[in-house]
Amino acid sequence: MDYALQQLVNGLTLGMIYGLIALGYTMVYGIIGMINFAHGDIFMVGAFTALIGFLLLGMGGVTFVPLALILVLVLAMAFTSLYGFTVERLAYRPLRGSFRLAPLISAIGMSIFLQNFVQVTQGARVKPLEPVVQGGVVLSRGGTVEVTLSYMQISIILTTLVVLTVFTLIIGRTPLGRAMRACEQDRRMASLLGIDTDRTISLTFVIGAALAAVAGMMYLLYYGVIDFFIGFVAGIKAFTAAVLGGIGSLPGAVLGALLIGMIETFWSAYFSVQYKDVAAFSILAIALIFLPSGILGRHEVEKV
Amino acid sequence: MSAAANGAMLAVEDVTTAYGAIVALRGVSLTVGHGEIVTLIGANGAGKSTLMMTICGSPAPREGRVVLEGRDITGWPTHLIMRQGLAHAPEGRRIFPRMTVLENLRMGAEVLNGAHFDQDLEKVCALFPRLKERLGQRGGTLSGGEQQMLAIARALMSRPRLLLLDEPSLGLAPMVVRQIFAAIRDLNRETGLTVLLVEQNAYHALRLAHRGYVLVNGRITMTGTGAELLARPEVRAAYLEGGRA
Ligand SMILES: Nc1ncnc2c1ncn2[C@@H]1O[C@H](COP(=O)(O)OP(=O)(O)OP(=O)(O)O)[C@@H](O)[C@H]1O
Ligand SMILES: [Mg+2]
Repeated sequence: MDYALQQLVNGLTLGMIYGLIALGYTMVYGIIGMINFAHGDIFMVGAFTALIGFLLLGMGGVTFVPLALILVLVLAMAFTSLYGFTVERLAYRPLRGSFRLAPLISAIGMSIFLQNFVQVTQGARVKPLEPVVQGGVVLSRGGTVEVTLSYMQISIILTTLVVLTVFTLIIGRTPLGRAMRACEQDRRMASLLGIDTDRTISLTFVIGAALAAVAGMMYLLYYGVIDFFIGFVAGIKAFTAAVLGGIGSLPGAVLGALLIGMIETFWSAYFSVQYKDVAAFSILAIALIFLPSGILGRHEVEKV
Repeated sequence: MSAAANGAMLAVEDVTTAYGAIVALRGVSLTVGHGEIVTLIGANGAGKSTLMMTICGSPAPREGRVVLEGRDITGWPTHLIMRQGLAHAPEGRRIFPRMTVLENLRMGAEVLNGAHFDQDLEKVCALFPRLKERLGQRGGTLSGGEQQMLAIARALMSRPRLLLLDEPSLGLAPMVVRQIFAAIRDLNRETGLTVLLVEQNAYHALRLAHRGYVLVNGRITMTGTGAELLARPEVRAAYLEGGRA
């Protein structure tokens, strides 16, 4: 029982990390209908930036943990925002108005480029980080195993929930959010109403990239090791989560991510670690047969 | 810049617009004076919608100039043009289907950054009471006529000085058409709103408008006051007799 409870906590955390990344996918898809395959790699760049940030702060003698976390987060977000902006400018904007698959192919190209770029500049070996946030709450110690909820896990869960809430409000209630939705529904009409659609799309990418940095830092702190390939693996999972939850839906992205995280964790705990990805993707395939637009996806009831 | 362009609300000068190899407008010139209602009539494919969109910069003209209140806006990006006191209710209504009626109206008011939104909302609701009952309904689920009302209301929300209307009567019941035309006339008389109107319903449009232009295959072939054009046999033959008038 306690073992299962611990797996639940772990699965929840893993799901929330995927959720943070999935939010970025779903947001970009929600506004320009494009799968930004480079998003996972922006996440990886975020993790590396955070690692470098922590090392620099360590050398600089900053030992107060909350301060270090905030500084590193700001640094990582600034960096990935710049990457997000640049990638959009160079690889996607020139292809706007081209055939549908062109930006997708370009995104895959960007993804490969970023992976190789980091591999070359940072090396291919796994990079470790000393634990920064330690300790936790013991939920139960009666049984055979102790069930703990670490402070890191708490931060990850809270961060994802806060980000989800904030973004739901931004997209639902603010002029920026309305402009984003307008761009998605009819970009030409949006510009006829005075919306600078290029700027709106740029902003979406920048925000998505900043979100990826949050996820990257959390991942680094939670696992303590990163390499240039984490973006690909986590990116695919998060993308799967976004599709499973209904791409374009923010709560859907987190819900899908939780499912994937749980399936992966429980499958590894009770069956086999090797086949956890097979399990996760099988569930995706099955779910999409019955719910083609995802769990919270748009069910088209549009008038003709 | 010609004298006409300086004094007019809108001047289109020798504009040529093409979609790739297809030339839709060939040297079109027209002016719309302050406080005027001007209508543009022509057969399907004549280039009416293209002219309206060219004024908005999307597509940009290949040749010629567009001058709005004395300012040359040729080649400006659409979103900047639309912030100069110009609003367009384009062909096909183009309501945001997954936004509520209220949100669609907010989009219309975006260029004013929300200033006097409540006041303007009340005005358009008074103009189209049906919208008032449906503020929370999604745009995509409105009836065609309701969507048309919303499209006009949305355009009005930006407090335009010049309003472009592309076939506002399309698909509407005669009653509603009369209402919309009456609304345009009232707005014009009471607030001095300048209107450039494209209509299939040439009879109503020419009765309403101060002046009109006839567009044939991307060229202006005739112009005159509404009454003059209505009296021309060519106009009657091509756009009125046997038509919807
Ligand atoms: N995006 C486009 N690409 C290519 N050709 C176009 C495009 N839009 C319009 N055209 C062509 O340009 C010409 C003028 O079209 P436009 O829509 O301006 O006509 P219209 O006068 O508004 O007609 P209608 O009364 O049917 O609305 C037509 O021959 C049309 O086929
Ligand atoms: Mg037309």
